[in-house]
Amino acid sequence: MDTVAMHIADGIIDGPTSAVFAAVALALLAACVVKARDDLDERLVPMAGLTAAFIFAVQMLNFAVLPGVSGHLLGGAMAAALVGPWVGALCVSTVLIVQALMFADGGITALGLSIVNMALIGALVTYGILRLLLKLLPRTRSGVTVAVFVTSVVSVVAGAAGFVLQFAIGGVADFGPGLGAIATGMLGIHLLIGVGEGVITATTVLAVATARPDLVHALRGHTLPHRPAVAGGAE
Amino acid sequence: MTAGHPDALYVPGDSPVHRLPGEVKIVAVVLYVVTVVATPATEVAAFAGYAAPVAAVVIVSRLDPLPLARRALIEVPFLLLAVLLPFLSTGPRVEWLGLTLSEPGLWAAWNIVAKATLGVWAAVLLAATTDVTSLLTGLQRLRCPTVIVQIVTFMVRYVHVLLDEAHRMRIARLSRGDDPRFLWQVRATAAGFGALFLRAFERGERVYVAMLSRGYTGRMPVGAERPAARVREWAAGALLPATAVTIAVTATVA
Repeated sequence: MDTVAMHIADGIIDGPTSAVFAAVALALLAACVVKARDDLDERLVPMAGLTAAFIFAVQMLNFAVLPGVSGHLLGGAMAAALVGPWVGALCVSTVLIVQALMFADGGITALGLSIVNMALIGALVTYGILRLLLKLLPRTRSGVTVAVFVTSVVSVVAGAAGFVLQFAIGGVADFGPGLGAIATGMLGIHLLIGVGEGVITATTVLAVATARPDLVHALRGHTLPHRPAVAGGAE
Repeated sequence: MTAGHPDALYVPGDSPVHRLPGEVKIVAVVLYVVTVVATPATEVAAFAGYAAPVAAVVIVSRLDPLPLARRALIEVPFLLLAVLLPFLSTGPRVEWLGLTLSEPGLWAAWNIVAKATLGVWAAVLLAATTDVTSLLTGLQRLRCPTVIVQIVTFMVRYVHVLLDEAHRMRIARLSRGDDPRFLWQVRATAAGFGALFLRAFERGERVYVAMLSRGYTGRMPVGAERPAARVREWAAGALLPATAVTIAVTATVA
């Protein structure tokens, strides 16, 4: 999983394609700035900043997948579930901008591409799927777990599919018929990453939902049965 | 995990590059990288030329190139991708040392190696010569939406607090006998993430209330103490992209 540690570098996708996606990303950011005010009073910016710091920290914390192989979260689905689609996408975009400007992680000209893959697809579109699943699945702890898990897997695979699409449009290399095989490999690897992301995201969201249900944006108006009290005591 | 703290990237100094305002350096780096990416890979000489202004910045800023080079290693995953391209791409083949390689694939690999390397070096130099406050003031002066600048401000200020907290939680877990080595043992890690989020968010609430009590009205007084860039400074900053554009024009005309 270490191979996905870096975001898209400069020179992978050609200039015109990068420019188009940068325009899309700018429009998305503008929409986020406007809509985030509905979810989060502008004066409550400290909370959004701490959420961005949280996503940033989570991306830096590796967890073991197998001995010797570690992965880290992308955090798009987690951000969307916890703080909502607009603030979530805004926080993920902010993390990407800081990583490009300060850590040289991801090319500056590729920022638009990354923001579309991880904020627009990874957080915003994903949130719609999450709400839909929450509506369809039973309102239980396992229902929420399954919904968040599936959403996380979809967000990672869809983000990777976004990259494959961008590469097909403006990639520097022409794989011809080989593109299909590479796309399959890319999506397959990200399916595995997505399972790891899903397990962690679902457990994290459930942990927050247990302690402070009011803080899980995706569960607003969605009452969960309380976890049965630990056995023992009176008898 | 001090490497995670953005301030750790800044190398204090008092060179002309360090003294330039953040907004000048951000614009210079972005224009430079855009010029590099827009250049066709076949203009090999142009890319050699692009390295010159970057090297000049390293010299003028009096930075030790070795730590910078170590930071630039972040692009290694993409260099690996570049190595694969000549084997996987279609198109006419060329023979080289007994290997059959795709010619367009070789160009694509060169394209990634050259552009990603120059882009990474430009960003590494920006971070090494610009402290966080100056970078944030720069973003604000460049009319980046206030809400984004403020989110970045808080993020940068608190990310090391959260990383330290995560580190302490990890030590506490390990010292109680936890030994997470497989994905299916990940529950404790995830529960830790949950706790970390709660602490982060509740800290945000506390910070917000503390700021309110000190007269916070929704706007941060970021950068008030730093003067905006003067024409002379913009001109100095323009040297980097101007050199790149001159090289690009010369290469494509010639």
